[in-house]
Amino acid sequence: MSQAEFAVGIDLGTTNSVLSFVRLDAAAGEGVAVEVLPIPQLVTPGAIESRPQLRSFLYQAHTDEIRSEDVALPWPGADRSLVGEIARHLGSKTPIRLVGSAKSWLSHAQVDRKAPILPVQSPPEVARISPLDASTAYLRHLKSAWDAQFPEAPLADQDLVITVPASFDPGARELTVEAARRVGLGHAVLLEEPQSAVYSWIQASGGEWRNQVCPGETILVVDVGGGTIDFSLIAVSEAEGSLTLERVAIGDHILLGGDNMDLALAYGIRAKLDREGKRLEPWQLQCLTHGARDAKEKLLGDASLTDVAIAVPSRGSSLIGGTLRTNLTRDEVLETVVDGFFPMLSIESRPQQAARAGLTTLSLPYAQDARITAHLAAFLSRHIDAAHQASDLVHEGSSRFLHPSAVLLNGGVFRSSELVDRLLEVINRWLEEDGASPARLLEGIDLDLAVSRGAAYYGNVRKGPGVRIRGGTGAAYYVGVESSVPAVPGIAPPLEALCIAPFGMEEGSEAALPPYEFGLIVGEPVHFRFFSSKVRRLDEVGTRLDWWAEDELQELAAIEITLPAEQYLQGEVVPVVLGARVTETGTLQLEAVARDGGQRWKVEFEVREREASSTDIMAS
Amino acid sequence: MTIAPVNVRKRIYRWAHFLDVILFNPSREGRPSSRFLMSIDPQVVPVTLDLFHLVLGALVVILFLLTLVLALLPFLSAKQKKSPADVSGDVPAPPALMESQPAAALQLLGLLQQEARFIDFIEEDLQHHADADIGAAARVVHEGCRRVIQQHLKLEPVMVESEGTRVTLEKGFNAGEIRITGNIVGSPPFQGSLIHKGWKVRDIRLPLMAEGHDPHVLAPAEVEL
Repeated sequence: MSQAEFAVGIDLGTTNSVLSFVRLDAAAGEGVAVEVLPIPQLVTPGAIESRPQLRSFLYQAHTDEIRSEDVALPWPGADRSLVGEIARHLGSKTPIRLVGSAKSWLSHAQVDRKAPILPVQSPPEVARISPLDASTAYLRHLKSAWDAQFPEAPLADQDLVITVPASFDPGARELTVEAARRVGLGHAVLLEEPQSAVYSWIQASGGEWRNQVCPGETILVVDVGGGTIDFSLIAVSEAEGSLTLERVAIGDHILLGGDNMDLALAYGIRAKLDREGKRLEPWQLQCLTHGARDAKEKLLGDASLTDVAIAVPSRGSSLIGGTLRTNLTRDEVLETVVDGFFPMLSIESRPQQAARAGLTTLSLPYAQDARITAHLAAFLSRHIDAAHQASDLVHEGSSRFLHPSAVLLNGGVFRSSELVDRLLEVINRWLEEDGASPARLLEGIDLDLAVSRGAAYYGNVRKGPGVRIRGGTGAAYYVGVESSVPAVPGIAPPLEALCIAPFGMEEGSEAALPPYEFGLIVGEPVHFRFFSSKVRRLDEVGTRLDWWAEDELQELAAIEITLPAEQYLQGEVVPVVLGARVTETGTLQLEAVARDGGQRWKVEFEVREREASSTDIMAS
Repeated sequence: MTIAPVNVRKRIYRWAHFLDVILFNPSREGRPSSRFLMSIDPQVVPVTLDLFHLVLGALVVILFLLTLVLALLPFLSAKQKKSPADVSGDVPAPPALMESQPAAALQLLGLLQQEARFIDFIEEDLQHHADADIGAAARVVHEGCRRVIQQHLKLEPVMVESEGTRVTLEKGFNAGEIRITGNIVGSPPFQGSLIHKGWKVRDIRLPLMAEGHDPHVLAPAEVEL
């Protein structure tokens, strides 16, 4: 690889992707200038515009739908799998050909993430792709856009950081790296999105951030994207006279975001129109959703407005007469968005889990409780010990939850000052009840572009001086082991969880090997159940849990090992131990290590659906 | 020629009114409109004053487009064409006139149709519609036009002074940017009252077009299968 000129950050988002870059210059320090790449993309057939965001949608156009002249891009290789604004544009009228939310599918452990499953509800004739293929297509488009703009400095030669949600499981991280590898960007490293927002804040402050926080503080990062919410806690401490940052906790993967708010408003307006006797057709709901979003931003951004009109045009050419006019009032927005998504709750509130019936396997595990403050209360209460365990922070005995002293908000929904105020009000009421001082808002980031900007800045920091957020892996990892107990008819042998990777493993580090062996059958794929815990910070390698609280451990997709029958006989049982290391890229890698000889085999994160009868393993 | 200044002023009023419609919320009340009403038979005025403005606004949008296109295209094609400089002979060569390229105009029209349903609106017969319906449609057109203009053009006023104040035009002012009317005698500096602040496009960015794309199709026919 030739010398990198730029540090490039890619925010591969659920609904929008952004690419930012800085010219590598260690001397520039925290004041380094971050730029955002304008990304050429088709907006309508035959029309190409450069926009800072690439819509993360893919549309499989029919051969007769668009003339081949009209799919051109500024680089060769354009085909009928359309990416960007045009995909969303065409897909709004032909949803059976639209692939969206590929990133959420990528982290959906119950489906085969390498199998062509998207678009989910499309007739067999439509070409389907895997969630991995979709992510690959977005990365390829970004790479082409870069290479067209910087032919002398191709992206493959630059330092590259790709952001992922903090809550991404090891399998989804691995798949993100694989997507990058497929387009020749295998050198990319991963960065958690909330951390990236913090880097963006550091960069935007130009060194001033040191005056805004002090040692002993905990920063709460709330990142509300179009379709997901990510929480993280960053502890501030002091080492050798300078401030250090450590990410001490991450939240669960919550499929809930700004799009839910717009949809909720649209449904509310539809109900209102229904009462007036006006029926809405399905396509009108889509226009209504767009209109509701614009109206919401106007109302929440300007306290003097009491209502905003929304017009839904007819589809035919007669505009007058066919246009439906309605309005959205301030009270409706406050009721739906502010009270619906950010209600005043007590810290004891928890998200409700309603039993779901009749859902197909092929659907995303959307959050069932839309109350973001409930998710936040659960997160802060769960991680009450996080800051305590991180270095020298003081733990207040009487507290019921972790007390953040500063809040960093990211995501377009926080352009609405009323939402910002409400969220702070809720947090500060919780703090007040515990007798703690109120948290303050950290400002100065671009709510839409901060994640990618922070990633580019981080690329520069990796090369030179500048504060780095420590933290390592945000979870401990376990494999499921069946206890060897006498068989009892009708009762499955109890499962134990064996820790193979502790919390907080740094990049490029390796965990000790656990003292437990497994007998693996050569030539046959062996499956282990695989778990993670974001709260068990003290478990060491080899810890065996025979009991855990329900929300302490989350089951991930299984892991799979196949020992090649090179040195061993087919069917032979080889004793191995399972080891873990975190690569420089930031992915977790599991290995089976032979007890005799030390030979190592890579353990795959299973991205396929689990088969019921495959967890036939024995612990010795 | 006493008529000319009046015409000019009328045109300025229309312009002013059009831009007001495009750039400001049409539902705002209390816009100065008396000048405008004077030349119109009150009996044909629709009941609602606001909607009347909207309809008139739509008409002047056409004027705006025509003028915009005329203003832009010479600029665009000027880069390509260079008039032959050395024409020898006794007869002076006629000044080079530029022919407009229709592609950019069609593209802008296409954008306005797509985002603002502009052609749909203009092609509609307003006679048979109630003012409330016209008002609802005008919202779509207004919001869309505004979005197109904000996204693709950088507009700025020619003069930053507030309208109605006294201004001084120094010697050598740009007559292309500032039009003087009324009692034009003597030599600059001129003293006068700013009637309209003017608009100019500082930057225009239209989408790139794929080769072979036909810009004449402003909106494709849509057939749902």
